[in-house]
Amino acid sequence: MANLDIVKPENLVYQRTKVLTDATMHYCPGCGHGTTHRCVAEVIEELGIQDKTVGVAPVGCSVLAYNYFDVDFQEAAHGRAPALATAVKRLNPELNVFTYQGDGDLAAIGTAETIHAANRGENITMIFVNNGIYGMTGGQMAPTTLVGMRSATTPYGRNVERNGYPLRITELLATLPGTYYVTRQSVHTPAAVRKAKAAIKKAFEFQQQKKGLCFVEIVSNCNSGWKMTPVQANKWMEENMFPNYPIGDIKVDGKIAEGIDVNRLVLDHALEVVNK
Amino acid sequence: MAKELKLMKGNEAIARAMIASGCDGYFGYPITPQSEVMETLMAEKPWETTGMVVLQAESEVASINMVYGGAATGKKVATSSSSPGISLMQEGMTYLAGAEIPCVVVNVMRGGPGLGTIQPSQSDYFQSTKGGGHGDYQLYTLAPASVQEMYDFVFDAWDIAFKYRNPVLILSDGAIGQCMEKLYTRDDMPRWTEEERRKNAPWGTWGKPADRNHNIVTSLELDSAKQEIFNHKLQAKYAEMKEKEVRYEMLNCEDADYIMVAYGSSSRIAMKAMQMAREKGIKVGLFRLITLFPFPTKQLAEVAAKVKGILCVEMSAGQMIEDVKLATECKVPVEHFGRFGGIIPTPGEVLKALEEKIVK
Amino acid sequence: MAFKGQIVIDTERCKGCAVCVQHCPKQVIALSKNVNGKGYNYLETVNEECIGCASCAVVCPDGCITVYKVKC
Repeated sequence: MANLDIVKPENLVYQRTKVLTDATMHYCPGCGHGTTHRCVAEVIEELGIQDKTVGVAPVGCSVLAYNYFDVDFQEAAHGRAPALATAVKRLNPELNVFTYQGDGDLAAIGTAETIHAANRGENITMIFVNNGIYGMTGGQMAPTTLVGMRSATTPYGRNVERNGYPLRITELLATLPGTYYVTRQSVHTPAAVRKAKAAIKKAFEFQQQKKGLCFVEIVSNCNSGWKMTPVQANKWMEENMFPNYPIGDIKVDGKIAEGIDVNRLVLDHALEVVNK
Repeated sequence: MAKELKLMKGNEAIARAMIASGCDGYFGYPITPQSEVMETLMAEKPWETTGMVVLQAESEVASINMVYGGAATGKKVATSSSSPGISLMQEGMTYLAGAEIPCVVVNVMRGGPGLGTIQPSQSDYFQSTKGGGHGDYQLYTLAPASVQEMYDFVFDAWDIAFKYRNPVLILSDGAIGQCMEKLYTRDDMPRWTEEERRKNAPWGTWGKPADRNHNIVTSLELDSAKQEIFNHKLQAKYAEMKEKEVRYEMLNCEDADYIMVAYGSSSRIAMKAMQMAREKGIKVGLFRLITLFPFPTKQLAEVAAKVKGILCVEMSAGQMIEDVKLATECKVPVEHFGRFGGIIPTPGEVLKALEEKIVK
Repeated sequence: MAFKGQIVIDTERCKGCAVCVQHCPKQVIALSKNVNGKGYNYLETVNEECIGCASCAVVCPDGCITVYKVKC
């Protein structure tokens, strides 16, 4: 059915970026990881920095990210990507360095490395994919799992008394003077993808300007872990994840974004949870 | 090379050797009895002279992973710590070995287990040579016995690390780290140029040029068949080290009826005990290990064949003795003498043990 | 100004997640009844209403869609 009159190089408006390899990604159908990979890779292509970029991805669903990004890449131990990236950047300030981490990695086992890299104001870009679950190991509770949300290790729902509260690490990082740009995005609609990509681009540009640590959270789905179809998972994400992890800039140009009260966000959230 | 005679602590010697050997980066975390390493580096400010990066990390876990990240770009990167901190680094060590990343790690040992004591000990032999982390891997392990060796071994360590793409451990202890001795220092070597880095570490993640595939540094291989092949490659590397890189020293072994085996601080105490024994007419030799891995199995077996008994002297409950027994295949009596938990034995105690356990 | 578009789908790469389907403003795409080599019901075009907006390609996690567009 292809209209061959239109399929010509001069009419091309979108194609898969060359900064991704030809490898088929192992992510489940509809997973936001693939879309986020594409956004990062497209930004690297647009900025023309493929030859000056090093990525670091640790254990988790993105452990094989090195097979997909056609840039030099390091695979880190669980949680340690910010430590690796710190050294890569300090020893090679001319490189563009990014980490690509999940919620269990960045906000549980790697909390210390995350907070301290941010607090030192390392000139790196951190991409944080938050789907509220440990995807790779089979859908266990993550630090970002919502209250009441079922997972393999909270089969009756996350219980605050037993499991504590969902961690809003992004708001927490925004309070540190070392972070310059902190934002929360999603990649489930074309409009959201365009915004997320613009945010990632800013995060790389600020790195080149040596502004400090830039942090992009992508609230994502885990349809396998959530046991939903990809389309259902995206709807569930809008209805449940977004109220807890509101989309938008949290810190811009080194200042808390207009209309955002980080302390209130954190506090309100805690009270909401307690009142439930 | 211009040599200059100086007086300094073992820990300071480590720091100065790092700068002088063209190290690109050091990442560490304070712990007694090795904190002078980072303190010296911070005071020396090598970032203003050689361009070396020095950073205090938030933990030993972060330090060793910073070593991973920096060294995986093909640069010369080091860290140091003491026993409890080295325990925290074990995950990083096995990842470094699994990803074949050259680097230098210094352990200035203290007594354990647990928080133990801040006094010197040699109870990390197993951790160092039997794989403190998981998986089949080995660290090339050098055991300095003087401040001069603390200095010189840093230079040697880089050569081995990059030749074999393997982490090198310098296993010292609090006695050598803290004691002051004279030593000859060398002129500063410049750090590698960009060209040298790319030549010495073509596998490094320093930015993919258009004319090569992307470099990946990882220890992951989900295909077991490939992982087994990779493990064979590692084992071949360790076998080559055993063949070519064994280091040891023999003192008075030619006419010896008995020998002592020791390394690091213990070897110096054993040396004194040997002199005392010889004065009493007991023909004792000393076999000093310089590399703990690779262990000088063949060389020790040859010496052991000519003696009536062996005393292992180690500031531990008896760890090195297992390798000595394996090397000698228990053809001669092998006994252990050690003080531990931070206690350093006296030469008199060693001599007494020699007489009671070996000479009889 | 009107546009006429055409998409080319890498049907072997497609995992049939259908996330793109709901975002097509012209309902040009749907999952096929047939499956690809991986066993997924891959994406196909069902009419010629495409305007080349690239919404499908932008939201595709696997980068399976190439988009062409001309003015008309």
